[in-house]
Amino acid sequence: MIKVVHYLNQFFGQVGGEEKAHIEPFVKEGFIGPGMALNAAFKGQAQIVATIICGDSYYAENEEKAKNTILEMIKKYEPDLFIAGPAFNAGRYGNACGSICKYVKDNLNIPVLTGMYIENPGVDLYKKDIYIISTKDSAVGMRDAIPKMAALALKLINNEEIGTPETEGYIERGIRKNYFAQERGSKRAVDMLVKKIKGEEFKTEFKMPDFDRVEPNPPIVDIKNAKIALVTSGGIVPKGNPDKIESSSASKFGKYDIEGVFDLTSETYETAHGGYDPVYANKDADRVLPVDVLRELEKEGKIGSLHRYYYSTVGNGTAVANAKRYGQKIAEELIKDGVQAVILTST
Amino acid sequence: MVKEIERAGLPVVHMCTIVPISKTVGANRIVPTVAIPHPLGNPNLSYEDEKALRRRLVEKALKALQTPIEEQTVFE
Repeated sequence: MIKVVHYLNQFFGQVGGEEKAHIEPFVKEGFIGPGMALNAAFKGQAQIVATIICGDSYYAENEEKAKNTILEMIKKYEPDLFIAGPAFNAGRYGNACGSICKYVKDNLNIPVLTGMYIENPGVDLYKKDIYIISTKDSAVGMRDAIPKMAALALKLINNEEIGTPETEGYIERGIRKNYFAQERGSKRAVDMLVKKIKGEEFKTEFKMPDFDRVEPNPPIVDIKNAKIALVTSGGIVPKGNPDKIESSSASKFGKYDIEGVFDLTSETYETAHGGYDPVYANKDADRVLPVDVLRELEKEGKIGSLHRYYYSTVGNGTAVANAKRYGQKIAEELIKDGVQAVILTST
Repeated sequence: MVKEIERAGLPVVHMCTIVPISKTVGANRIVPTVAIPHPLGNPNLSYEDEKALRRRLVEKALKALQTPIEEQTVFE
């Protein structure tokens, strides 16, 4: 019997939501949640013997320890394959799935597999190391993801040849493979050019890597006279969330006046973020947006001033294109207002 | 957002708990923080100790903003 061990977070492992995101890893015999569909999709050719469940925040905050504990748990079952997720667009979960898959592959030398949405930060971190099935951005895509994951899993176990990303449904790993083409290179190049000129769709044979890096700006020279602004993706908003920023997939950011505000309290501020346990931020939002200490530093003359407005959005499954737009707009306003440097906090 | 603010010409420091994610999104100045639900605090500490911890982290961020760098740098 081919044995599979499955990894899930606290949510898909049916332990709880964000209030349980800190739980340490534990083992459950057999399958649970998405594992049930996955096991069924193996059609008797493989069996999920155990599921490891770990809180997303626990894994992210204790990666080294979590990795080793989980590896020991997995070893006991001597699996032939390890599967994590799918994580869809959940950032911490995607990071954990990629990280544990790579660790298992490197240490146990067995095939590993996970699934994520293309914008999940776990994709860029791990796509070169492991197979990641491309999924939709939410659990709505479970039905599509499971058969693809099961099919690729069986191929990996049986040592079958793995096809291209398009045919197997995984995210490109940047691996180049030689093959015999029907037509010679010069003809293929001209065909491509003709298509391009006609404005038709064409497929390059040599993709350029997408390096979107920004060079660091020069540092602040005179911090004692600098105007510093606060920006956060942690969803801190005035109590009542006046702009109704969404708890996930935020469609906007907010700009809030903090003139005369020296401390964020549970009566005045809260978080709109739905991707972490809000208890601590709701009690004292300075834990995410440090207005109190910046006011102190301002008073002591350690910084010139704290900018009158802070900017906030919810970074939880937010589309990269939207986040980019918010960043551009915020930067434009900050520059216009004479801000010299920014502290951006994330949860 | 960090990257776009940097691209616009403002030095920016990213204070966050999951450093690998900060690196992939392209932050250049990174200050690691305490925990996901309370990056700049620790509810297990007294109010005074917690505020002192927050102040140390913010001072580290200010130092990062004053440090010339050539590449992505984590200020431990």
